Amino acid sequence: MTGGISKRIYRIQFALLSPDEIRKMSQVKVITADTYDDDGYPIERGLMDLHMGVIEPGLKCATCGGKVDECPGHFGNIELAMPVVHVGFIKEIKTLLDSTCKSCGRIKLTEDEINSYAERFSQYSFSSSDPEIIGLMSKKVTDEASTRMVCPHCGTQQIKIILDKPTTFREEGIKVTPKEIRERLERIPDEDLQFFGLNNEVARPEWMVLTVLPVPPINVRPSITLETGERSEDDLTHKLVDIIRISQRLRESRDNGSPQLIIEDLWDLLQFHVTTYFDNQTAGIPPARHRSGRALKTLVQRLKGKEGRFRSNLSGKRVNFSARTVISPEPFLSINEVGVPEKAARELTVPVTVNIFNIDHVRELVARGPEARDSFGKYLAGVNYIIRPDGRRIKLTAQNAEENAKRVEPGWIVERQLTEGDIVLFNRQPSLHRMSMMGHTVRILTGQTFRFNLAVCTPYNADFDGDEMNLHIVQKEEARAEARIIMKVQEQIMSPRFGGPIIGGIHDHITAMFLLTHGNPLYTEAQTVHMLSYIKVDHMPPAEIVDGKRYYRGRDIFSLILPDGLNLKFASKLCSSAKEKCEFEDDPLDKEVYIVNGVMTHGTIDEAAVGSFSGEIIDKIFRKYGSEEAGKFIDNMTRLGVGFLTGRGFSTGINDYDIPDSAIARIDEISLQAIERTEKLVEAYRAGQLQPAPGRSVEDTLEIEVLSTTGAVRDESGKIASAFLGLSNPSVIMARSGARAKMLNISEVAGMVGQQSVRGGRLNRGYYNRTLPHFKPDDIGATARGFVKSSYKQGLNPLEYFMHSIGGREGLVDIAVRTSRSGYMQRRLINAFEDLKVDESLRVQDTVGAVIQFKYGEDGVDPTRSEKGETVDVDYLAFDIENQKEVE
Amino acid sequence: MGKFNVLQHDLVPEHHVVPKKDEDKVLSEIGIARDLLPKISRSDPAIKALEEIHGPLESGTIIKIIRKSPTMGYSVYYRAISSEVFK
Repeated sequence: MTGGISKRIYRIQFALLSPDEIRKMSQVKVITADTYDDDGYPIERGLMDLHMGVIEPGLKCATCGGKVDECPGHFGNIELAMPVVHVGFIKEIKTLLDSTCKSCGRIKLTEDEINSYAERFSQYSFSSSDPEIIGLMSKKVTDEASTRMVCPHCGTQQIKIILDKPTTFREEGIKVTPKEIRERLERIPDEDLQFFGLNNEVARPEWMVLTVLPVPPINVRPSITLETGERSEDDLTHKLVDIIRISQRLRESRDNGSPQLIIEDLWDLLQFHVTTYFDNQTAGIPPARHRSGRALKTLVQRLKGKEGRFRSNLSGKRVNFSARTVISPEPFLSINEVGVPEKAARELTVPVTVNIFNIDHVRELVARGPEARDSFGKYLAGVNYIIRPDGRRIKLTAQNAEENAKRVEPGWIVERQLTEGDIVLFNRQPSLHRMSMMGHTVRILTGQTFRFNLAVCTPYNADFDGDEMNLHIVQKEEARAEARIIMKVQEQIMSPRFGGPIIGGIHDHITAMFLLTHGNPLYTEAQTVHMLSYIKVDHMPPAEIVDGKRYYRGRDIFSLILPDGLNLKFASKLCSSAKEKCEFEDDPLDKEVYIVNGVMTHGTIDEAAVGSFSGEIIDKIFRKYGSEEAGKFIDNMTRLGVGFLTGRGFSTGINDYDIPDSAIARIDEISLQAIERTEKLVEAYRAGQLQPAPGRSVEDTLEIEVLSTTGAVRDESGKIASAFLGLSNPSVIMARSGARAKMLNISEVAGMVGQQSVRGGRLNRGYYNRTLPHFKPDDIGATARGFVKSSYKQGLNPLEYFMHSIGGREGLVDIAVRTSRSGYMQRRLINAFEDLKVDESLRVQDTVGAVIQFKYGEDGVDPTRSEKGETVDVDYLAFDIENQKEVE
Repeated sequence: MGKFNVLQHDLVPEHHVVPKKDEDKVLSEIGIARDLLPKISRSDPAIKALEEIHGPLESGTIIKIIRKSPTMGYSVYYRAISSEVFK
């Protein structure tokens, strides 16, 4: 589709379809419950009558003469033997019957009331007022009218009508037939209709009881021919067959004068079929089923819910030129690349329009056929289809490839298979921010999965425990240009959320950089060459000669991947995170990273330097040298990390948490002391000697005291344990460098797990006045309220295990609740903002042109380019300028 | 206690009535039709406070709002008085 809006909705009006109108729009009166005759030809006046449209090629529509794709389809109609109520209007029929007189049909209000209400209603026209207001007014009036038991107009005594769900009305237990209902509705005068919110120009209440049923066009309910040649009809057609059949039997029985009982049974059956034709999930009646036992999908089911027309087909569309499969890591790919399995690449195509410049190349591509490989058996892009200027598609096969290659002329379109270097969009759901869909260049790989660099896990929030992702091939030059220039991964390194890099090293990358630079270790020539073989460098770092052998410094190796001219100074994570004074506080060589003219002289590279969310080096390279250099740095850094760790090796195990027996004894001792101290506090509380803290009750004071006691003992045990776990311990390396976990987690494994809590307090719920049945009621001692004195390594005793599970569940529940809540909030925000746009003058406007902001964000600042929300980083600029001078 | 003037509160940005004769100048400066300006309700406390000073204000009157901004120092915003009551 090309061009803009061809038609605009000017007005929308809701009305009821009158029987006359149904007959008028009908092209055929369907009277036969059959579809096709023995020759497979549609039966005249049957449900597949040619007047209602065509679905078979070769036939012509009997109404408009159109062929399969030309005829839009036409309605037919079924004359029902007896009227039946429409399930969709049950509520409305009920109010109408309740508030009008059963004999004269007037609304049960006095003349005075009618006049005063009519005046109120006349202020609101149906075409321009809020339907909600009319609905509310109508509710009030009908409520009042329905309570009247004597008609103010003719004085008839009224009988309460009860709705026997879903479609039966009863008066004092006696059934009111749809025919009777229709007669009553017919009696309601036009003037009274406004009180029900009905516009008498387009709706009469008796139309809510059906006498004629429209039959939808065949295009709406096409029959399908199975491979066996057997015909299978649509669910709607099945339902219509039932309706016609019962309607006919009812008509015959009525005309032969069958007993009333039989007629009533058939009438109910007709009502059932018509009801399920509209909605097969009506409460109170069993759903109509297919022979196989599957419930039929009728009109309401086609529209409603997640799989319905609206949410599935109109709001959500499936697209061509896309693929989905499991993802897995590939550290040798650039962050800008994505590995695509050959199988997917063969199916996904890019249209190439042939012209005089590319015709030779295209002919070669076509000649390759759809399964092209080079002489080594390596994947080569072939062609799947050729599109001629007249729109005809030619499927290419290995046999017709050569021949078709000669036929290709400028102006033809060739659908070329995916090849290395194509730009594609890669996406992981839920797409919560713009980095959830980024442009990648293709690498064709063997295997079955999509693969990408680990640094890109963060923006997609992906891991490899079975995650799947989607790939889209952009089809037009404009789209490819946009994908390359603004969507490519390296362009998305900076997050608009906090003005820093969201793409950076994770886990092993950080560990490796830490080990490489911390303490500036020496590496042999062999080790260095191994590391450097992973990255693209053209020279060795400066060497140091010891005993005639060449050695290289870790920081010098790292400096190789830094761009020339980079000047930077910042604090490592190593010292910034520790609560207490860290051991490197006075050692500027390790504490502060110092980079002058692209050479790192001191400091430790860790999370603060190269991590995602925080990487200072990535941030400054991006700002000073742009996305290309930043992308290259991340590529090199991740590869250097892998190269380093493959040489050195890195692992952790349970014996990394071994601490001397004396330390274990000491931890046991202090945990017992804590339990005793708690015991004393409880005693003091019971004796009424506990002094309440200002503004707190005695109970609160006790809880706070106990919490601080148990908290202190956990910290203490952590300190005792970590005293034996230095920076040579792999877990400590991971925690201190920021690669994974925190020191707290290590002290839980080696020292003690500590107090468990729910909602910030000690555990207190479960059984009556106790947490578990093993305790006496009202025991508020340490163990009874979730103090775990064991460590994970020692193992928890059963009681502690339960306590820990209670505490652990809170986190799980929190996550479950939070994700759904915040997801919905975000969805609403996105829907509110989706069509706002920023123009060249930085003005934010909606589609109408109404201004939201005169300048984007009221300051015109792009948060992506801001310095963590600030306008400039003065310290950095000063340092950079200062050092540039020195170099000169 | 005297009547409280919201405009004097620290957290309420400055509100100024744009004089009738300057309105066209302002609109052409920002290049926006009057009906596309952001709206401010007649019942907004800031408008009520301005009405104490200037007397009743017609709908469509342009209000200039000067807000403090941590990045820009201050930012200027315009709103037109609307008789609509916002829900």
